[in-house]
Amino acid sequence: VATLQVFEETAGVRVGEPVVPEGLALTIELGPGLLGSVIDGIGRPLARLADLTGHFIQPGTTAPTIDPARRFQFTPNCATGDRVEPGDVLGTVAERGGFVLKVLMPPGRSGLVRAVHQGDVTVSDAVVVLESGDPVTVTQKWPVRRPRPVAARVEATRPFLTGQRVLDLLFPVAEGGTVAMPGGFGTGKTVLEQSLAKYGEADVVVYIGCGERGNEMAEVLHDFSLTDPHGGRPLMDRTVLVANTSNMPVAARESSVYVGLTIAEYFRDMGYRVAVMADSLSRWAEALREVGSRLQEMPGEEGYPTSLASRTAKLNERAGRMRCLGRPEREGSVTLISAVSPPGGDFSEPVTQACLYVAGALWALDPALAHQRQFPAVDWESSYSLYADAMACHFDASVDHGWSATRARLLDLLQRDAELREVASIVGPEALEDRDRLLLATAAALREFVLGQSAFDPNDAFSPPSKTFALADAAIRAFDAGIEALSGGAPFMDIPIDDVRRALANLRDAPPAGSEAARQHLEDAIRTAASASASAGEKKAHP
Amino acid sequence: MTVARTYRGARAAEGPLLYLSRAQRVALGEWVIVQSPGQPDVRGQVIDAGEGVTVVQALEETLGLPPASARITLTGNLAQAVVGRDLLGRALSGVGDPKDGLPRPVGDAQRPLWGAPINPIRRVPPDDFIETGISAIDGLNTLVRGQKLPVFSSPGLPALDLAATIVEHARAPRDEPFAVVFAAIGITARETHAFLQRFQQSGALERSVLYLNQAEDPTIERLLAPRAALACAEHLAYVHGLHVLVVMADITHYCEALREVAAAREEVPGRRGYPGYMYTDLASLFERAGVVHGSAGSVTQLPILTMPDGDITHPIPDLTGYITEGQVVLSRELQRRGVFPPVDVLPSLSRLMNAGIGPAHTVPEHRKWADQLYATYARGREARLMMAIVGEAGLPPGDRRALAFAEEFERTFVGQGSARRSLADTIEVGWRLLDRLPSEDLLKLNAEVLAARRKQWRAAGGTAS
Repeated sequence: VATLQVFEETAGVRVGEPVVPEGLALTIELGPGLLGSVIDGIGRPLARLADLTGHFIQPGTTAPTIDPARRFQFTPNCATGDRVEPGDVLGTVAERGGFVLKVLMPPGRSGLVRAVHQGDVTVSDAVVVLESGDPVTVTQKWPVRRPRPVAARVEATRPFLTGQRVLDLLFPVAEGGTVAMPGGFGTGKTVLEQSLAKYGEADVVVYIGCGERGNEMAEVLHDFSLTDPHGGRPLMDRTVLVANTSNMPVAARESSVYVGLTIAEYFRDMGYRVAVMADSLSRWAEALREVGSRLQEMPGEEGYPTSLASRTAKLNERAGRMRCLGRPEREGSVTLISAVSPPGGDFSEPVTQACLYVAGALWALDPALAHQRQFPAVDWESSYSLYADAMACHFDASVDHGWSATRARLLDLLQRDAELREVASIVGPEALEDRDRLLLATAAALREFVLGQSAFDPNDAFSPPSKTFALADAAIRAFDAGIEALSGGAPFMDIPIDDVRRALANLRDAPPAGSEAARQHLEDAIRTAASASASAGEKKAHP
Repeated sequence: MTVARTYRGARAAEGPLLYLSRAQRVALGEWVIVQSPGQPDVRGQVIDAGEGVTVVQALEETLGLPPASARITLTGNLAQAVVGRDLLGRALSGVGDPKDGLPRPVGDAQRPLWGAPINPIRRVPPDDFIETGISAIDGLNTLVRGQKLPVFSSPGLPALDLAATIVEHARAPRDEPFAVVFAAIGITARETHAFLQRFQQSGALERSVLYLNQAEDPTIERLLAPRAALACAEHLAYVHGLHVLVVMADITHYCEALREVAAAREEVPGRRGYPGYMYTDLASLFERAGVVHGSAGSVTQLPILTMPDGDITHPIPDLTGYITEGQVVLSRELQRRGVFPPVDVLPSLSRLMNAGIGPAHTVPEHRKWADQLYATYARGREARLMMAIVGEAGLPPGDRRALAFAEEFERTFVGQGSARRSLADTIEVGWRLLDRLPSEDLLKLNAEVLAARRKQWRAAGGTAS
């Protein structure tokens, strides 16, 4: 007996229905027209399904991923007589918004070019014909569960810039890196995923809504159709949305992650930097569990299949910075940021743990921070990044040579702050020494103005590394100036903490045009702090 | 669809499950009617369509049913619900039988009970609100059309009372067409009676459809009642263009039923014995909220659930929280202080609130006003804890003011009683609490908003403290 897993609702399926085997593993069609589209977990374009069945998705509806009637302009990059190998760029197609889609020789095929067709084509027209008579079209098919081949894996040395201060500064991720982002409900996973998709530095974004809310997908679609913060065109022009919401069939939820990753690899193979947002891997794992339990497999921890860890590892290994197959020589990357939804917010559960075995960074979202409305609610005590050292080298060279020193100071201050707050909660803040009170005040400012960032403030939603550094550096220099003033005998009241806070807030909220004035204001505040010690000295001399 | 086929005699019966051999071309989910001499008809559906054996789950009592002599009809259809405008004003059972002594409703269509997923591309991001008449919701955790916002209650808290109050008071702004569909799941006979009487007296019944599944009804009917309610709501929203608020209470009873049915089917249990697919199953209810392109109506959900032992990490509230868009949390402490409705605004959150408030919908300063109330109340609550250690006299003056604010806020703003409060009144009651505070305590309000209010207030004869 063969057991079938059905990608659609099975209510109404009768005993004795005919079954037609396709002879293929689940494959997806890759090609022009993918960018800007919304597909479900098995690659059906949702816009086309809506044309066919209206507001609700009815079982039994199919449509090809790429519209067979659509015409594309093909510009060749090869000529008759050329020998072409897997991954070679045969030509290009201009996509909406000026994106250049490269038409690649599919993996596993090679030969001599007999003919090249320029211009208007559909997905079924040959653009290159090989000596053997084999046609090559602008699209190719790929089984979603098999990673696409590359020439070599390349060391990750550049950061994937997120524009989130707490991430870029404390827990940076490399281009081609992997991140696990667990958080209970209400900790802002989805808002952060959306911010990263909008502002993260990537050429292509693949957003996988795996078993999440329908309204969120509507919001992503709506938001991304507005202007791209990094360019004049809608963000959707360089985005592919894979939407398999929680009420869509479970089996297609499991495959949606593979479909998304395959699309990401396809654009990587053209030499692009691709960011994949998977929201959320827990729903993917639950789909595995549901299918496993229906097959009556022996369950592992919490009913998940025992293969959970190995499957999670394989999935994460599809990310990376790679040297692509074929000519011209090029590098591309897939950065994978996976949201995880641990039941009850408990990180010891199997999915979070399976992700941590393989992910290069952990961004732990903390309900207590979210409750205090500290966003992004990334817990700096339990989060980590294995890329931190390599990325700090990069930032030292490209932003400011003080970057890694500032980062270390910041972490140290936050650590001491955590300890002091415990003491203060017992004896009261008034009973602390002045330098400790200054530390508490500085840490509060760091939390509010450096680590905290509003995803909805147009001036602060994306923080370039120079601004990130300026804020952190100024807060720490103000602290040092204050400590010096205290050592010089200045009373705590004379340290202009509120001035510094205001100046930090100004710089944080300043539009790019006004940031110079805000920086000046901040320098003035630091000078005032430094001079508190001098004036204390004068007061002593002239009581 | 295939035509109906009738078979005589089931091979075996086991609790609510009937086993049939010989049945032809059986469909999963097919609707079944079981007749036997001297017994009322029993309805059921196919849950397992095997080559040799077909398993039918009965929706009604099977005690006394003789399997060998039963006449079993496979109707050829999937479970359908009768829906239509004429259901407004009616009280029905979880499977749509009249509970009000009136004839069976005719309806203007039949819709599949299990529904189909809304195509995400056809969804419109929610962007307007529904007035529940409850200040703690309308003011601080605004319910937005197309949203699903659950109420998390604990045993002994008046969640059903709150549900009934909302059924009575809710309306759409600007007098847009509005209806309530209320699915009561596993409620007692006493509660059923009380609801019916209450809604008849208040006149709320006219614009409502009630699906009342009582505790004594078969377990599986609990799984159908919310789906019948949602099928009806979808029809009223997308065919008749009404804004429909679906109130479902209590989702905890629903989940218990889901577990019971899963155990009867000998499925592998997940966390705390609930089936591993509970997330998906709950999503198939909650995701039926929404607004779709080109339709005047909307489906908004207010599910109510009891957190077992008040534990928010229990699978029922946990999975619900992952699907819904925020939560309204009820507090035992407020209940003890005599506050009704006992909504604790600090852990409560409406994720879609920003989309439904502001100049286009409520009042321009709504966001800042709500942030200020929240911040001051949070400070007051912290001060209340601190006071237990240092005494009230040991608190800084700002904390003392926040403490007094918190008491008053709970008493007047949250504790409105069961009377309806319009959105305008809610905003005004909030402002009156803020009016008493000096501007140094009101940092969430920007200068213009505050100045405008102070001017208006002084004109009305108020003085600053």
